[in-house]
Amino acid sequence: MLEVTDLTRTYGRGPGAHTAVTGVSLTVAQGELVSIVGPSGCGKSTLLRCIAGLTPPTSGRVVLRGVPVHDVPDGLAVVVQDYGRSLFPWLSVRDNVAMPLRRTIRSRAARRKAADAALAAVGLPGSGDKYPWQLSGGMQQRTAIARALACDPVLLLMDEPFGSVDAQTREDLEDLVLGVRRERDITILVVTHDIDESVYLGDRVIVLTPGPGRVRADLRVDLPAPRDQIETKELPEFVHLRTEVSRLVRSRDEPAAANGTLTADADPHGR
Amino acid sequence: MSWKRLSWVWRWVVLVAGIAGWQLWTSAAHSSFFPEPSAIVTRMYHLWFSGPASHVFLTADATGNILPSLGRVFAGLAIAVVIGVPLGIALGRSPAVTAYLSPLLQFARALPVVTMAPVFFALFKLGTQMEVATIAFGTIWPILLNTIDGAASVDPVQLETARAFRMSRWQRVARLIVPATLPRAFAGFRLSLSLSLILMVFAELVGSTNGIGYEMSNATNSFDMTLLWSTIVLLGILGYLLNELLARTERLVLSWHTPHRERE
Repeated sequence: MLEVTDLTRTYGRGPGAHTAVTGVSLTVAQGELVSIVGPSGCGKSTLLRCIAGLTPPTSGRVVLRGVPVHDVPDGLAVVVQDYGRSLFPWLSVRDNVAMPLRRTIRSRAARRKAADAALAAVGLPGSGDKYPWQLSGGMQQRTAIARALACDPVLLLMDEPFGSVDAQTREDLEDLVLGVRRERDITILVVTHDIDESVYLGDRVIVLTPGPGRVRADLRVDLPAPRDQIETKELPEFVHLRTEVSRLVRSRDEPAAANGTLTADADPHGR
Repeated sequence: MSWKRLSWVWRWVVLVAGIAGWQLWTSAAHSSFFPEPSAIVTRMYHLWFSGPASHVFLTADATGNILPSLGRVFAGLAIAVVIGVPLGIALGRSPAVTAYLSPLLQFARALPVVTMAPVFFALFKLGTQMEVATIAFGTIWPILLNTIDGAASVDPVQLETARAFRMSRWQRVARLIVPATLPRAFAGFRLSLSLSLILMVFAELVGSTNGIGYEMSNATNSFDMTLLWSTIVLLGILGYLLNELLARTERLVLSWHTPHRERE
């Protein structure tokens, strides 16, 4: 459903130009959850912004459901790391979640209902009348997820969504995302720098090289579902995969060398 | 008693002690330039607040002078807000235009409004028109410049969120840029409010046939020091009340803003 072909993004011109990602190609099938992981500064966020249509690529193209992406496409929702800043402090939690629905739902009552349903789905029933700043960090990020889910997106992009919450909250939110994926026919792309998280969440893990980012490896994760924070993480396959990903993230080799040396599970194109 | 309540009591104790000290000093000094506070209060009562109950105890002198003055303040401020806020938001969101206009804006702001008075005399009819124009011209700068700053510093993450959720242009303005700009705009309103009283008195001193400033100039010409001090005290009280009104409005409108938040 998503095809990225030879995508390059360069910021600036001339000798000061900085290339964030270069020659990235990947495809994502309907309903897949793909983790994108890489060392800091590898252009993960830039890649996500290009897919979201927020930043135009310098070259290459992004095609979502057969339609080239130029601006933010229909059916796309984004969750960013900065939940505290992405929510509007002057709106109640419910109004924050209902805000993007103004485009599609005319009736105010129907918007409220949809917002309350989305809040219940992320485990925040009855918090609609509060303000975002009255909630804890984890609850604020749940609100941001509810806002994304309320629009009923086909593609959900998450940019380091759990980077600034504590470890326990982080695990709860990871399981929330897995739960959402089980219940809806939704495709999810998660950018993260946390290797355990990338393996735990993903059907596939895409490893990027240090900047300018290129696809170093595209690994299939064959861990049994439903995943569990304790049991999944003690499986030998999990440990093996996280070690593999960790090695790939740290590696300085050229991407071509790394691509062929993967485990039997690896499939460069995820098909 | 809570600390907050105690400090409230102390504030009144200090105020009363200050007035009592002033009373003692003036009755001892017998200066014709400094009438006793009791004389000032008595004069204020007879002059302005001893009217019939049907007029909320306001005398004809009060309705003929205080109300026109307040009307000019509000009219001038209203013009400044109605022009300053939308213009400030438009300029704040177009950094290139603001960069071009910046020297002009700084020049106009640095211009003491008093020096513009002769221009207003020539331009407008002496009286209310000229006075309102002076107040509006003087008070628009803090509002305009603060609103420009506020609109220019809307959080980029929020702007990006609005884009990512495909909010329409109008929605972006109404639901994001205006609310995000309001805290700074209110900072401008506060500056402009105190400025507006000064400008009101100034304009009325120069060319008016009624108003608080007009009463002041009458009092000076007839060496009526008690009347002069009465108008000064009245201006102080009006300034305090208007400021309080604005502060309450701000707490109501910006209850979500950090300084006003009440956590659970």
